[in-house]
Amino acid sequence: MEFETIIWHGLAAFLTLCIFTFLYKDNPFYKFAERLVAGVAAGYWTMLVFHKLFVDKVYHTMATGQYAYIIPILLGIGMWTRFSKKHSWISRYSIAFYIGISTGVSIPVYMYTYIFRQISATIIPFTSISNVLVVIFVLCALFYFFFSKAHTGAFNIVSKIGIYTLMIGFGAGFGLTVMGRVALLVQRILFLKDYVREVAAFIGG
Amino acid sequence: MTFWDKLMNIDRRWVYLCIGIVVIIPAIIPFKVPVSTTLEVERIYDFVESCEAGDYIYLGIDYDPSTLAELDPMTYAILNHAFSKDVNVITACLSQFGPAMAELRLTEVAQQYGKESGKDYCFLGYRPYPAITILSMGLDFQVTFPLDYYGVPVDSLEIMQGIRNLQDVKGVISLTAGNVADFWITYGNGRFGFPLALGVTGVMGADYYQYLQSGQIFGLIPGIKGAAEYEVLSGFETTGLRSIPYQTLSHGVILLFIIISNIGYFASKRKKRT
Repeated sequence: MEFETIIWHGLAAFLTLCIFTFLYKDNPFYKFAERLVAGVAAGYWTMLVFHKLFVDKVYHTMATGQYAYIIPILLGIGMWTRFSKKHSWISRYSIAFYIGISTGVSIPVYMYTYIFRQISATIIPFTSISNVLVVIFVLCALFYFFFSKAHTGAFNIVSKIGIYTLMIGFGAGFGLTVMGRVALLVQRILFLKDYVREVAAFIGG
Repeated sequence: MTFWDKLMNIDRRWVYLCIGIVVIIPAIIPFKVPVSTTLEVERIYDFVESCEAGDYIYLGIDYDPSTLAELDPMTYAILNHAFSKDVNVITACLSQFGPAMAELRLTEVAQQYGKESGKDYCFLGYRPYPAITILSMGLDFQVTFPLDYYGVPVDSLEIMQGIRNLQDVKGVISLTAGNVADFWITYGNGRFGFPLALGVTGVMGADYYQYLQSGQIFGLIPGIKGAAEYEVLSGFETTGLRSIPYQTLSHGVILLFIIISNIGYFASKRKKRT
């Protein structure tokens, strides 16, 4: 392991411990690490957008004679006119174009993905217990959000099954969330453990 | 204040301390925990396993360092699996803070198998606005990414000679930690219909089983447990399997806290009633 790597990994280990100190209470070490992340992220994002959007899609296209790109470039420039009271009306053309395209592209695929495919996945033959459960619990959960009829008597039972279905879903989500959060902690613990080994190996030659 | 009342008002830092102590135990006394595999992960493994040398897959490394704990093991396992079978891998990153990290992972594994950028794999880099990028890649890679991550024209890459867009690859696997997963389902599978599988964080896991059931995705790797499953199946062990003993102990402590707090809640409620 090179000395340079030890230093960089050491910095990462130090920042990890700085963040962990927040578990006790807010302190200057945590604030330093938090603001460092925010600053680095903002700088990185700005340069990334400059290179991947402006350089690639504006400068490069114009330099290589792809003049069709002048249309989106002008629409993009039009967006910036919102900062001028006198010329802000120009931005409406850009926004209208953007909303029109977005809506036209999104509505059909959203309907297909989130409505049609999901409904068709619920219209299934009762050939297995899980298929029966899917249909029953989907109907009960949907009924829970049906407010035009008072949830009394038999409707109350259906509504209750609906809320229990939702609770099971939330429980599964919570369990997986715990797993995810612990995974973040474990990854840092493994990193610190490996770093201690690296340092020990470096010192030991 | 009774014992149960005290228990109900315990300082959360005691909970952190308990979890912290428990998480350190496997680091000092290592042990292994068996991992059983699930159908949703097996399907992704079977998909990569079914690929022959020269087939194309698209692997979206669509996450950033904040979620690498859960998604890195998936990336390493799938890349190892694909490169070991000489499958051509096309990758890009749709997360703004991810490209440099994704490139490191890709080159690290590629070097182990002697794979060359532009010939056996390519890294297209990053483009903002995932929905538009996915739609565009569904039509033509070269329009979306005229140059790859290293500035080489994509149309000059050997690996890109046989394919034009996402519909030409055998399947798409996106490892993602945000709404990019929704964009892949909506604008990828929904618009173009190519086979899609997802590797997601644990937090997202429960939300994506419905797409598995509806057939919109053919496989799902949920969180670190899913990553460990893929490692078991493929035999490429990284931090996924290493994490499981830590997970087991931590979950045990959290379960214990939930049980104790529920007992405390019902006991104090009963006492108030009496």
